[in-house]
Amino acid sequence: MLRLIDVSKTFNAGTVNEKVALNKLSLTLEEGDYVTVIGGNGAGKSTMLNAIAGTYPVDEGQILIDGVDVTKLPEYKRAKYLGRVFQDPMMGTAPTMQIDENLALAARRGQPRGLRWGVTNAEREEYRKQLQKLGLGLEGRLTSKAGLLSGGQRQALTLLMATMQRPKLLLLDEHTAALDPKTAMRVLEITDQIVTESNLTTLMITHNMKDAIAHGNRLIMMDAGRIILDISGEEKSKLTVPDLLKLFSEAAGGSDASDDKLLLS
Amino acid sequence: MIFTSFLNSLPGDIAQGLIWGIMAIGVFITFRVMDVADLTVDGSIATGGAVCVVLIRAGVNAWLAMLCAFAAGVLAGLITGLLHTKCGIPAILAGILTQLALYSINLRILGDRANQPVSVDKYYLMVSQRYTRALDLSNPLILLIIMCAVLIGLLYWFFGTERGCALRATGANQNMARAQGINTKTNIVLGLMLSNGLVALSGGLLAQYQGAADVNMGRGAIVIGLAAVIVGEVLFSMIARNFAAKLATVICGAIIYYVVIRIVLIAGLNTNDLKLLTALVVAVFLSIPYWKSFILRRKGMSKSKEENHAATD
Repeated sequence: MLRLIDVSKTFNAGTVNEKVALNKLSLTLEEGDYVTVIGGNGAGKSTMLNAIAGTYPVDEGQILIDGVDVTKLPEYKRAKYLGRVFQDPMMGTAPTMQIDENLALAARRGQPRGLRWGVTNAEREEYRKQLQKLGLGLEGRLTSKAGLLSGGQRQALTLLMATMQRPKLLLLDEHTAALDPKTAMRVLEITDQIVTESNLTTLMITHNMKDAIAHGNRLIMMDAGRIILDISGEEKSKLTVPDLLKLFSEAAGGSDASDDKLLLS
Repeated sequence: MIFTSFLNSLPGDIAQGLIWGIMAIGVFITFRVMDVADLTVDGSIATGGAVCVVLIRAGVNAWLAMLCAFAAGVLAGLITGLLHTKCGIPAILAGILTQLALYSINLRILGDRANQPVSVDKYYLMVSQRYTRALDLSNPLILLIIMCAVLIGLLYWFFGTERGCALRATGANQNMARAQGINTKTNIVLGLMLSNGLVALSGGLLAQYQGAADVNMGRGAIVIGLAAVIVGEVLFSMIARNFAAKLATVICGAIIYYVVIRIVLIAGLNTNDLKLLTALVVAVFLSIPYWKSFILRRKGMSKSKEENHAATD
């Protein structure tokens, strides 16, 4: 479903602030893979997601989504294939627009936008049903402005928006990091529910090792712009946090592993 | 005596307000909907006036001339939009550049003259200052009110369509818009085109109303437009929730602006000080939200730390 082939990205090349974010990164995701991504700060997790989404161009390599080479496509064109939820709850919705209008914008992802109505009554009914499934009471607030919602509600709404038009790939960039623990748990539950229901191919970054182990069928660990660990299936389900930390020190093999332990736990 | 002179000038002030209200709707679209500060308008309003007057003088029907004025404004918006999105020039600077360039272009349109008259005696005009107190169909207020209503209706429809929603999303959150497959650059250009088209339309009406197009007629237009938008928001924000109502409040804001100006003029203000006064009023109203949040923060700090934590969580 997704193929990254030797993708490299360096920020501020040729300056003192030069930072290699992705270093000949290769990754293949099969249809239906639900992959959690962990790694210390600066490991390149977010850069990888942004490179896939087209937030910025990559220096080298190829990105294929379902066989289509999107490496050169601008962000808004790749959106056709992607559902995205960001770390910052502000980023995923239009705060001055109503909930139903936000959903309608997402429902038209990848389609030409003409002079038909932006939201129809039939759609509103459908949205009400979908919102009800989230269990956050949003179904009664269709005409509220998205800016009035709490962080957790917004992330849940963004999640719904990202998956309404079935995306080929769902990108979750630490989408629960800005939420309180209880809300984060609820949003993760909703995530699992949506991903399993529609059997979505998903890439989820998290800072929480427990979450990384508990969710998904495959786990990858990144360091210095590369994938240093890739565990799936049976092996993954048996993992524990101490295992992961040990694997990390071995794989990273460096003296800085203990620093990263702190960042990861 | 003073009251009579106020009443006598009231229809004219309302007409002015309606014309400038259309211009202010253009400003509203960029400033509030698209979240872009576009200074092209000072130039494009004069472009609209110039195109309209020159065409009417050449024997073109006034309605057709207005359509051309609209098109000229759309073109001006396109230039600003391309300077911004294709050349990476900050929007505010792109607008200033177009505005400056338009000054020369407007002089050319006017036949290398600073102004061109268009007499209501010689040509058919849609609106004229002369008939503001007439009690028949020649009264410009009738046509202006209908035009404003139709425009509000059209814009309400447009911003409810898929394309209009894409424009609003671009103004509200570009990240989200791109993630939903919206080409934000194209939409910014579209918004600027629509806005300047309306501004030029208002310029065409203004020139007919005053009986002349002047290359300087747009000086400070952006500030008057902002004043109308802000006055409308401050006075009616509690009752105007829907988009059409918001557009109507912009026009009301423009009318109130002109009525208030009349009152301070009658009260003895020097005409030369008008622009200073307008700038001051806009500056004060623009700073209100900032000061409000500042004061609220100060209040929050004086409360207990726990409460403060709860608020930031």
